[in-house]
Amino acid sequence: MDTSLSFANVIKWLNDPANWQGADGVIARLGQQVYYAIIAVAIAVVIAIPLGLVIGHTGRGVVVVAGMANALRAIPTFGLLIYLVVLISPKIHSRGDLPYLLPTEIVLVLLAIPPILTSTYSGVQNVDLDVRDAAKGMGMTGSQVVRKVELPNALPLVLSGTRSATLQVIATATVAAYVTLGGLGRYLVDGLSQLNDPHAGYPAMAAGAILVALLAIVADLLFAIAQRFLVPRGVSGRFPSAAKAAAPTSVSAGPVEVTVGPS
Amino acid sequence: MEVWNYFQNNQSDVLHWLWNNAWLAGVPLVVGFLLALPLGYLAFRYRWIYPPTVTATGLLYTIPSLALFILLPGVLHTKILNPLNVAVALTIYTLALLVRVVADALNAVPEEARNTATAMGYTPRQRLLGIELPLAVPVIAAGLRVAAVSNVSLVSVAAIIGVPQLGQLFTAGFQTFSNAPILLGLILVILLAFAFDAVILLIARALTPWQRIAQAR
Repeated sequence: MDTSLSFANVIKWLNDPANWQGADGVIARLGQQVYYAIIAVAIAVVIAIPLGLVIGHTGRGVVVVAGMANALRAIPTFGLLIYLVVLISPKIHSRGDLPYLLPTEIVLVLLAIPPILTSTYSGVQNVDLDVRDAAKGMGMTGSQVVRKVELPNALPLVLSGTRSATLQVIATATVAAYVTLGGLGRYLVDGLSQLNDPHAGYPAMAAGAILVALLAIVADLLFAIAQRFLVPRGVSGRFPSAAKAAAPTSVSAGPVEVTVGPS
Repeated sequence: MEVWNYFQNNQSDVLHWLWNNAWLAGVPLVVGFLLALPLGYLAFRYRWIYPPTVTATGLLYTIPSLALFILLPGVLHTKILNPLNVAVALTIYTLALLVRVVADALNAVPEEARNTATAMGYTPRQRLLGIELPLAVPVIAAGLRVAAVSNVSLVSVAAIIGVPQLGQLFTAGFQTFSNAPILLGLILVILLAFAFDAVILLIARALTPWQRIAQAR
């Protein structure tokens, strides 16, 4: 087994147009990976943001949700993925990859919900009490306060939670190649069984790994850009006067900064 | 109890994997922490180091673990099945997480405590070791707990590339489509994560006796 691998082989692999086209080409695999990730993050966002807004607004259920989010973090994603695949896929009689796709998407959604949920409600709870009172004093109804005051103010945290969730989903979708799903993870898993192959072996694995890492970095960048355009200027502090005001609070150990481990 | 039977039948393998999982997660945690302390201090002491450090560590963080496990042999010239790749990858993740935590924790030390120490004649070094670091313990411990739990669970991903540890129970379960090994793996990984968590909590408690006094009042 020769893993005294030169990166020249990896570059050569990436430069070979044949590796980019066709059903198992990079373009198709990248498309699958993005597709898996978008479905999962979209479902998680639809569930977690409204729920987080309600929890943050009412202050109810914080302890339960925080506890569950913490407990979920201790569950190894790889194990959970395989558990659900073994549990669910024999029950689905369908062609195509649905028997594997469905349990994978369930795991991805389960993973994506806690960071979005916790960041949403802590974002809402972080909104200055004076600001909330002022909104009420102006005669806003509860739902108006949520939509016009709490959500915009919580947006930086909501986005950063969604960003963590997306990165986690991309990483786990890669691992899902092990349960015969498509996506860029295929190169990583398939290469292993033919490690000595000078083409489909380690060069393909390393190329796949680089592409996965690039995908994650691009997704990260997109969220940074989204943050820039979606967050109102008054909240992000891109006014000269407000720039300093918000900074020191994010240092405290509380639920302000939602720490999510690597994936 | 199918799970218990599986454990009994494969006891020596499982215990061996559990031990491997523990050191593959634990050693990187300690090494990463020891590296993060001076780096985090530098990022706290010299402000201009902080933004590039946070950006660089954030970037390391975005790299999915399986990709890092596979890319490291190319960089380290190790064999792909070498557990060292996993240990180095997890050290990188731990370091990336903790550098920022240490810097933030030192930053969060109340200004009054710092000033009091200075007024009492502490040298900067005494102040760091006697005042600032102890006060930063709770925040650093919180970061360590996140790193420990994620390390334990990331190790199992390495089963895909064949490094023997508890993740082996997941791949075994997938190959035979049986629940017992998977459930056993889930239980043991979670228990191991809790064990790490408990150790860190106990050490943090022992290092911050004043917190208990404050609570008792």
